[in-house]
Amino acid sequence: MSQQILNLVEASSLKSEVPVFDIGDTVDVHTRILEGEKERVQIFNGVVIARSGSGSREMFAVRRIVAGEGVERKFPLHSPKIAKIEVKRSGIVKRAKLYYLRDRIGKAVRLRERRTDIGSKESSGQKKS
Amino acid sequence: MAAPGLLGRKIGMTQIFDEKGAAVPVTVIEAGPCPVLTVRSVDRDGYQAVQLGFRNKPRRLASRAQRGQVAKLDSKRSKRLAAAGSVAVLKADCEPQRFIREFRSSAEDFTVGQVFTVEVFADVKAVDVTGTTKGRGTAGVMKRHGFHGQRASHGVKKVHRHQGGTGMNTSPARVFKGKRMAGRFGNERSTMRNLKVVRVDQENGLLLVRGAVPGPIGGYVVVRPTNKIVRVPTAAPISKKKAASK
Repeated sequence: MSQQILNLVEASSLKSEVPVFDIGDTVDVHTRILEGEKERVQIFNGVVIARSGSGSREMFAVRRIVAGEGVERKFPLHSPKIAKIEVKRSGIVKRAKLYYLRDRIGKAVRLRERRTDIGSKESSGQKKS
Repeated sequence: MAAPGLLGRKIGMTQIFDEKGAAVPVTVIEAGPCPVLTVRSVDRDGYQAVQLGFRNKPRRLASRAQRGQVAKLDSKRSKRLAAAGSVAVLKADCEPQRFIREFRSSAEDFTVGQVFTVEVFADVKAVDVTGTTKGRGTAGVMKRHGFHGQRASHGVKKVHRHQGGTGMNTSPARVFKGKRMAGRFGNERSTMRNLKVVRVDQENGLLLVRGAVPGPIGGYVVVRPTNKIVRVPTAAPISKKKAASK
């Protein structure tokens, strides 16, 4: 009973259209940022290495390499500040959490690409940015 | 007259996003509906209060006394009293209630049987929530009083979670009263004050407050408009950012 009521409360904070992406996908996360009075969109590009939580508390973690240094950012999936999540590429992975990528550097970070004929996913490029 | 408070049940915690897009940790409280069971008056009881009930209890589980508290029950005694011309006490005429509490209130215009719902908090900015904390049984000083314990190494043997000393030596040659030690912890009344009301869901009878509330999920709580006095600063302090830009 309690859980049903909590779901009811969370329903108001959920996005009506939940972005579709998988673990191992390379994505562009468009985040709204308020700079003074102006709002602008910042893009964080990287590989989705984990999803956690459920309901309005669901989070996902994106990892990328910036100037040779690994950077990870965790986003609340249902946050209104996440404007858009664009799937750039899909990788073949056998795990739900790709924490093993943290131990890898250089070429070893690359994931094998999953090619799909359905949809308009870009299929060019193999190197992770 | 608005209700002096409401009775409710803790549903659990979750997080929602506010209009700025920030995640707000909230506790969901099922508050009300609360029927007025009794109105205490100075003439009759010596003090002014209003008694509220919360959550119906099946009649088969309620004792005769509990049933008689909320509705008129016929008995030989009541018939005799009525015959003698005694005026019967007003009853709310509702189902027996599981959780009953009195609120001291100076207002007199409560009527027995009147039902308060969560909309009494529609204009309230912050509330105090009283509940019974989770019982933790016998707990050590680290959990119970937040002591730091002892070191992990440097000769400490098997006393890593103990307190240090409990007092002095020959004088006073005793441990002072009130010395904080291990023992029963939790399962006691506790109030969280000044919790911001995030949302009042009249449709489902839910109250969302920012932050945690004492007690387990399903625990009964008393919710009142906060008695915390908000002190308005006389002059707004200049924030560092603004000062720097100037």
